[in-house]
Amino acid sequence: MPLKRALGCVLVTAAICGSAVPALAQKSGGTLRIYHRDNLPSGSIHEEATISTVQPFMGVFNNLVIYDQQKKLNAPETIVPDLAESWAWDASKTKLTFKLRQGVKWHDGKPFTAKDVQCTWNKLTGKDNDDFRKNPRAIWWHNLKEVTVNGDHEVTFNLNRPQASFLSLFASGYTPVYPCHVSTKDMRTNPIGTGPFKFVEFKRGESVRFARNPDYWKKGQPYLDGIEWKVIENRSTRILAFVAGEFDMTFNADVTVPLLKDVTSQAPKAICELVPTYVSTNLIINPKAAPFNDPKIRKAMALTLDRKAYIDILSGGKADISGVMLPPPEGLWGMPPEELQKLPGYAADVEKSRAEARKIMESLGYSEAKPLKIKVSTRNIAIYRDPAVILIDQLKKIYIDGELEVIDTSIWHAKVTRGEYSVGLNLTGVGVDDPDVNLYENYSCNSERNLTQYCNKDLDALIDKQSQETDAGKRKQLVWEIERKLAEDLARPIIMYDRAATCWHPHLKGFVLHANSIYNNWRFEDVWLDK
Amino acid sequence: MGAYLIRRLLLMLVTLFGMSVLIFVMLRLVPGNITDIIFDSAGFVNPAAKKKIERQLGLDQPIVTQYVSWISGLARGDLGYAYVSEKPAIEEILPRIPVTAKLAVLALVFSVLFGVPLGVMSAVRQNTALDYLLRVISLSGLSLPSFWLGLLILMAFVHWFGWIPIYKSNTGSLWHDLALLSIPAAAVGFRSSALVMRLTRSSMLEVMRQDYIRTARAKGASEPAVNYDHALRNAVLPVVTIIGIEAAFLIGGLIVTETVFNIPGVARFLVEAIRWRDYPIVQNLVMFIAIVVVVTNFIVDMLYVVLDPRIKYEE
Repeated sequence: MPLKRALGCVLVTAAICGSAVPALAQKSGGTLRIYHRDNLPSGSIHEEATISTVQPFMGVFNNLVIYDQQKKLNAPETIVPDLAESWAWDASKTKLTFKLRQGVKWHDGKPFTAKDVQCTWNKLTGKDNDDFRKNPRAIWWHNLKEVTVNGDHEVTFNLNRPQASFLSLFASGYTPVYPCHVSTKDMRTNPIGTGPFKFVEFKRGESVRFARNPDYWKKGQPYLDGIEWKVIENRSTRILAFVAGEFDMTFNADVTVPLLKDVTSQAPKAICELVPTYVSTNLIINPKAAPFNDPKIRKAMALTLDRKAYIDILSGGKADISGVMLPPPEGLWGMPPEELQKLPGYAADVEKSRAEARKIMESLGYSEAKPLKIKVSTRNIAIYRDPAVILIDQLKKIYIDGELEVIDTSIWHAKVTRGEYSVGLNLTGVGVDDPDVNLYENYSCNSERNLTQYCNKDLDALIDKQSQETDAGKRKQLVWEIERKLAEDLARPIIMYDRAATCWHPHLKGFVLHANSIYNNWRFEDVWLDK
Repeated sequence: MGAYLIRRLLLMLVTLFGMSVLIFVMLRLVPGNITDIIFDSAGFVNPAAKKKIERQLGLDQPIVTQYVSWISGLARGDLGYAYVSEKPAIEEILPRIPVTAKLAVLALVFSVLFGVPLGVMSAVRQNTALDYLLRVISLSGLSLPSFWLGLLILMAFVHWFGWIPIYKSNTGSLWHDLALLSIPAAAVGFRSSALVMRLTRSSMLEVMRQDYIRTARAKGASEPAVNYDHALRNAVLPVVTIIGIEAAFLIGGLIVTETVFNIPGVARFLVEAIRWRDYPIVQNLVMFIAIVVVVTNFIVDMLYVVLDPRIKYEE
């Protein structure tokens, strides 16, 4: 762990001090070939909550601001202008005004104006007649009162109250600006943006193609003539294809720790970076299903978790023990190990915790001879099933006899939302390394993506409080207070944050893999091929 | 014969109607529908928005209305719209059919070209070293899962040639297309050829014990003439039956191979459409497969008449 932290410190320093990639003379031309791991649901980033859509389609769009594509860490300091040339807060910190770039055109030739920005956020807040079919990040904009335009090139976001990380929400790959004149239906199938690449064609189950936007407002960019994504659902085939040089790059985080050894041995020149995915493996307990409505049982379950065992088995020791927020060094808001160990269920001495858990279970009438029989539900995907099996094994240590119930992947969220489970094993991705994104999305009473429907009004007040705190140090203390409260309430115990690798061949230049989010660095406008 | 043909055609229509009802009902018995899946990629379900989408897709209609709407559309050549891509289903299905058809035909050619002659050789050289070798090969063809064989082939190509023979669209030449498809076709055809080889062998062994074979030999007919003109012709009927069945089942059997070799054909597409509960795609594709099976069976039955003059379909 000390070595990992030391490496992290180097990474953080490098990220803050400047660009991670030395300047080279870029070459123009060539098509970037990447494989896609599955069939993407649609091309509309705003309607999806999956890397499957963001990664290929982010290059079609621009945001108002964006995380610097050349810096490894997403932080408030690394936010740079995009369609907005500048921005300013008013004195009350409730009005954020963006001055927009002039002369920008949509891919269909129409001019980009402030109306497009207003339109996009009206759709996100449900104020447009042509609203999104689904709006997974509606909660991000709960504090947005209205968007007003001041002419064609200025737009103001009016908030109900100050929100420290409001600007960070605009910098995510999940927050592109959409054109007002294109319907939400067309944006799913034939998206139009202002970005460096124009959408060309999506052949379902086969490929997605993008071509260079010759009218891109960043003169001379992008360097690539196009990007071709080929869908290869079989992991063995796609890894072999990458090794054989069929692709310049793997899909994001597609190379697991065990696979990484294979890839680096078969393609020794390939560059592979193992970074946090910011996808947590977590335990979900339905507090409305007896006997789990008894907090004592939930506490016993938390006490039996041996997080290190999960990490050793599933990721060869590379994943991270954490609370709700991604831990340092990559995570900006997570608790360090010494703080984490103070949380219930995080003690280093797991056997001691389990002894305490057994006492709780015995007090409730359970024993080795009379175990509590439950079903552990999970999605029928290996990355869900594998930790669920370990969970069942660990629950056995405290007289809970679990049976694995695999749910067809397509109806997993529907079943969980309807509360048709008692104990489950779930994975949750976080778009931006920011407390507002993670806490509002997953733990606030009003969020549609709060899967366990955990609701604590006091905690909601605390989330609002940290959201308004502009002093980063004080805000972090509030976030840690929330972490402690969530751990005590066993809202959704986080087992680990996984790590996985993305690989590319050395001829691919100008690409920087972000270390604290997988969703924000796929613009590809700086990428070029040295062939 | 004419009356028989009419009866067969009517029977085919009844079978297809039964299939259409079965497909339609069974698909709706599977838990979850497209709206669950649409929301799955957003990580939540909004019940009101879900209802709205169901209404837009006509899923709130009674099942009989939905069936009538589909079948009447099908009769007019309107396959409806794919739920996921929101494109006409015909545009999604049509480009994939030739890909799978080419693969299936190649696999079938492979299985016949290897299975029949090797089966004959195995029977003619019964209980020799060659017979044992061919039997081991055929047994391995039946035992090795095609996905495993496919992966092994891919690994071997990457290791030895630094190249991976996965599907590429627009190779520019039919010859290149066929060369690229011949590798997965061989992986699939290997299993079928093993089946054909074993059946040819056993059928040949049975025929070769018949009196007319001894008579042919006594007349001084050459060994190839005895084996191919007299024996094989009489042994071929069960082989044709099995080739017919294999041809019909190939589309289903190609799922794994299309996945491993990343071939965008109908078999893989069908599995994906089932996963997405994309009813218009699944219903129409399964109907297409049902038509292929029914027509293939019909062709096989007609082939019997050509191959064996004793068979007559008269009333």
